[in-house]
Amino acid sequence: MKARVHVSFKSGVLDPQGKAIGLTLGNLGFDGVGEVRQGKLIELELTETDTATAQKSVEAMCEKLLANTVIENYTIELDDN
Amino acid sequence: MKASVIVFPGSNCDRDVQVALAAAIGGRTDNNDCVDMVWHGDSEMAKTDLIVLPGGFSYGDYLRSGAMSARSPIMREVVARAEQGVAVLGICNGFQVLTEAGLLPGALLPNAGLKFVCRDVQVRVENSQTPFTNAYEAGQTLRIPVAHHDGQYFVEADELSAMQERDQIAFRYCQDEKTGDSSRRANPNGSVDDIAGVFNKRKTVLGLMPHPERAADAIHGGTDGQALLSSLVSALA
Repeated sequence: MKARVHVSFKSGVLDPQGKAIGLTLGNLGFDGVGEVRQGKLIELELTETDTATAQKSVEAMCEKLLANTVIENYTIELDDN
Repeated sequence: MKASVIVFPGSNCDRDVQVALAAAIGGRTDNNDCVDMVWHGDSEMAKTDLIVLPGGFSYGDYLRSGAMSARSPIMREVVARAEQGVAVLGICNGFQVLTEAGLLPGALLPNAGLKFVCRDVQVRVENSQTPFTNAYEAGQTLRIPVAHHDGQYFVEADELSAMQERDQIAFRYCQDEKTGDSSRRANPNGSVDDIAGVFNKRKTVLGLMPHPERAADAIHGGTDGQALLSSLVSALA
């Protein structure tokens, strides 16, 4: 099974890279772009075959290492194909 | 007095802080017997009065600065000693490791200006009633170098006011009052409340972005950081 973990800054946390990307998009003529936030994508290959167990296990990984929950949120996508 | 410096892969101020501590503890820089170097992969540490997490770029700042180091084997021992009340000092990358390890509140984000900042800054001593700052006066300003990319201190507003009430703010960036130089921003990284260093609740753990060990000898061009180390010696020896 594959897991995709998206990690992004919480709202209220300054994301200067996102701001710089937003400014540059504006400079390139892309109008209508509001706030831009840059995050991380972490892909994991898991030997676990049970979705619920995999979900729990990846949540624990996020809490212990993959995200710093003081400043970041995370979402988990599981793909068992 | 015995101090221990933790060495992570990518630490680069470990020797500097060892020499500065040897001078503060033993009065000479050529005898480092009073300062143990402890490898991050070790899980045990000899009895020690002070643990120092030095500056550097441990694990290449992978994932988040300090994230990998905070989960290294020796950190379980560092956390256990901190819980027993052993003094722990984290400088720059060491500060990042301490927040990642949960020994200090908050987190350190990339600098607001997205640039690596390497220069002297002016900081104000906010609390001189601690083992780390007893040789300073509260309100005293110091000139100490910073060198970091991820030094923007962040903590939620509620936690920040609780920290302020508990006198957990150790140092704040401030304008240079001697030269009156206002051309450069006093706060080099966008830290909330201009915070340059914080204590834990018990004031037994300090993390700061400026490098006191780089302002500890006349040859450095300044000695304002020396009193932080001599404070520890007078409190712990």
